[in-house]
Amino acid sequence: MAHAYTPGLRVTDHARVLRERRLPLKGEVLAPIGAEVAPDSIVARTELPGNVQTVNLAQKLATDPAKVVETLVKPLGSSVRKGDIIATAKSMFGFMKSHAEAPADGTLESVSGVTGQLILREPPIPVEVTAYVRGRVVEVLTGEGVIIEAFGAFLQGIFGVGGETFGPIAVAVRGPEQELLAEYLTAAHRGKVVVGGSFVTYDTLQKARGIGVAAVVVGGFNDQDLKRLLGKDLGVAITGGEDIGFTLILTEGFGRIQMAERTWSLLTSHQGEIASVSGATQIRAGVMRPEILIPHAAANTGGIGESLEGGLDLGSVLRVIREPYFGRIGKVTSLPAELRMLDTEAHVRVLEVEFVDSGERVIVPRANVERIAD
Amino acid sequence: MDFDPKLIRSILATDCGSTTTKAVLIERGPDGYRLVTRGEAPTTVEAPFEDVTRGVLNSVREIEELRGRKLLDGDRILTPQQGEDGVDIYLSTSSAGGGLQMMVSGLVLQMTGESAQRAALGAGAIVMDVIALNDGRRPYEKIKRLRQLRPDMILMSGGTDGGDVKRVAEMAELIAAADPKARLGAGYELPVIYAGNTDAAAIVTACLESRTALSVVPNLRPRLEQENLKPARDAIHELFMEHVMAHAPGYKKLMTWTAVPIMPTPGAVGLIIEKVAKRDGIAVVGVDIGGATTDVFSVFKAPGTEETVFNRTVSANLGMSYSVSNVMAEAGIENILRWVPFDVDETDLRNRIKNKMIRPTTIPQTLDDLVIEQAICREALRLSFEQHKSLAVGLKGKQQSRDISDALDQVASGASLVNLLELGLLVGSGGVLSHAPRRAQAALMMLDAFLPEGITELAVDSIFMTPQLGVLSTVHEEAATQVFERDCLIFLGPVVAPIGPGKVGQACITVEWKPEGDATQSRKVPYGELALVAVPAEGNLQLTVTPERGFDMGGGKGKPVSRTVRGGVVGLMIDTRGRQPFTIPTEARARIDKLRVWNRAMNMYPREV
Repeated sequence: MAHAYTPGLRVTDHARVLRERRLPLKGEVLAPIGAEVAPDSIVARTELPGNVQTVNLAQKLATDPAKVVETLVKPLGSSVRKGDIIATAKSMFGFMKSHAEAPADGTLESVSGVTGQLILREPPIPVEVTAYVRGRVVEVLTGEGVIIEAFGAFLQGIFGVGGETFGPIAVAVRGPEQELLAEYLTAAHRGKVVVGGSFVTYDTLQKARGIGVAAVVVGGFNDQDLKRLLGKDLGVAITGGEDIGFTLILTEGFGRIQMAERTWSLLTSHQGEIASVSGATQIRAGVMRPEILIPHAAANTGGIGESLEGGLDLGSVLRVIREPYFGRIGKVTSLPAELRMLDTEAHVRVLEVEFVDSGERVIVPRANVERIAD
Repeated sequence: MDFDPKLIRSILATDCGSTTTKAVLIERGPDGYRLVTRGEAPTTVEAPFEDVTRGVLNSVREIEELRGRKLLDGDRILTPQQGEDGVDIYLSTSSAGGGLQMMVSGLVLQMTGESAQRAALGAGAIVMDVIALNDGRRPYEKIKRLRQLRPDMILMSGGTDGGDVKRVAEMAELIAAADPKARLGAGYELPVIYAGNTDAAAIVTACLESRTALSVVPNLRPRLEQENLKPARDAIHELFMEHVMAHAPGYKKLMTWTAVPIMPTPGAVGLIIEKVAKRDGIAVVGVDIGGATTDVFSVFKAPGTEETVFNRTVSANLGMSYSVSNVMAEAGIENILRWVPFDVDETDLRNRIKNKMIRPTTIPQTLDDLVIEQAICREALRLSFEQHKSLAVGLKGKQQSRDISDALDQVASGASLVNLLELGLLVGSGGVLSHAPRRAQAALMMLDAFLPEGITELAVDSIFMTPQLGVLSTVHEEAATQVFERDCLIFLGPVVAPIGPGKVGQACITVEWKPEGDATQSRKVPYGELALVAVPAEGNLQLTVTPERGFDMGGGKGKPVSRTVRGGVVGLMIDTRGRQPFTIPTEARARIDKLRVWNRAMNMYPREV
């Protein structure tokens, strides 16, 4: 049977999701196996080694590097406070005394007899990892973190900015084709994951930021507005670390694009429920897409969510993801095996799609569609 | 592995890229070695497979099916060839898992720092950062950076032999304080290569030996006027295998299959570019434009010597899919638009480019979309070449003895080695060039981006098999060269481009060409035009170009230049649009009209866009 492979984003009400919560360095795991955790529960903690400061004692004290170790007033390994005298030396037959001070709080780590350099390590920096999603700890990675299992609705966006957050879902528009306008946002949206429709502008996002909205989920957004939001042109799609005051997730792409019906209905059906949201996107080998996770009790008994990765058969519902039919939704009506010549004169594998809204049938390269639902 | 090249009947070679594993089968026939078939399959380094050999076997299985020959025995490649089954040797290159990612250090950024960077790039690495004592960062910032980046390997250089050891020790102490960890797997020590002042080797060893897997090799800059990059490059290749690849999923197994060590893909491409330049005695530039990165390779003569210098640079964030948005960010939207012969709304163009970035596997369906993609390609190539020119330079910091003629010729130490007038062959590869629907499109993209001067041959790699041929050249140069010439390179044709400013329509050059066994023909082309002349795709042409006064083809203003060049599938391209400077009208209507004229001349598209 004719069959094609296409990328697709997961949009399902019944998913079992495992999320690894790992420390950057080994530390202490606080949540045991079986523990029920909330998005803000701290599951692991560690201390990152402090920053390193160097002090050139040989230069400061006008001493031979080989002798700087003798100038230390405290042994290596000692703690010092900023401004403490850490080394002294006499010169000019003992008449002149010079000294060096600690540039920061820390520990005297080492001195070099070759360069006369002292390494001072600042106090460790505490790091905590939260659960991010409501669920249960199913595995402890000894000294490193935990794996959390959550059941519920799981939706992947196509692109996002901003890090992890959570909050109740609030639908702010009447339909998936509607733009999220500034006037729809009120103080009641503070801390919420606001669902818009097809589009949002920079000005509306400014208002959302002012209100203290946790996240905005919409179909599309203009790149020009993204540039204003980030203060620069985004070159490489590695996001998640932006400090923009909220998280933005695009479910469809850049431009004004109606949110896919399935995404819209899934989000609206969970209005008021707590969602965990991450804007982190990495479009490289080992792609990472932004996500919305809505754990719900009903899903515990549900099956495993289907993945839309994989097959595309006759009748499959898809969205075209490149011009000239960008954003349009239709059903596969034919999957010819032979290569076809495009307008560009390139010979590629294609499929025929019948658009849902107009019934029009067109030929589209297989590389330019994604399956959205059946 | 020792074997007699004369006994080799068949060769299987794979290139494990970050997304696709490509296999080629080469067989010896009555007319020598030829590519007989190729296969490809998704690379399987990442979950759920996490075993690179799965993708290798799948790509070889495709060859088996296409060729109707048994090459596999279960999950093993059959070597040597037995009857019609199996192959005599199997080789591989790899850039999977992000390739080889290195940090390099030197004492002075522009001297040993730059030499170390050249050594790492030449070995096929992506240089994540160059740390130097004078890089403007404070020690704790350097330490933080070393810790954050988690490279695969560090190359540490610094100082000339017999120089000051104190500063080198300072750098070693910085690295020791950072205690950097390797990217792949926490269970092994980070490889560090020391290629600096030999007098400091003992101090560096004492400082780093207990924390890292340290190798000490001869100084890569023993004297200010001498660079010795080979020992450092060889050490990088060796450690790439021993440490980095051995920790990548499935590579331990793959390493036992190959006849010679697996090479980093760009290192292998560089090898073949270097060999072609040496064999033909010409300066060569090669470019490989991918989805995420663009590599540029060059071989030019060092000024005033007969010695050739190989350079490679990688522009890690210039590419046609994953990095397409960064091309726009770096080039500026107006530079992309200058190549588009129709009006485009900026909001729409920006959204199109971002949509390509977030869905990188899509392809242009309309002619307009193809034209925009090819405009972006020109800028990605131009920027990558700019970066290359700034790194492919003579040694900085060396003292030059000057006489009165030098004083008039203000060439500073550290001037770029890239001399476009000397460039004999420009080779392009990567999907947007190799798979352009018309070869003329690849030719004009390269022409616009590189702006070759004088007489230059253009070629494309038909299916991007230079990596496999590069590694093959280390064991069987004859086979690699034959396949490269016959099946890999497609000659597009020679370009004739005089240097000098002029007025549109002004008399500029007369070009005479004589194909083998054919009569001489000639054509006068005024300034400001692009002309295409059909010539045989195979065989040589005798070319004589006579510039008018004020224009230079390399022999001096107004002086004729003659050369034997290869023909090509596109034809002889006569480009009098200007060099030094090359200009495009800035006013939109005039620019669009000009682009359309040039596109028509090159027969670029099936209809006017």
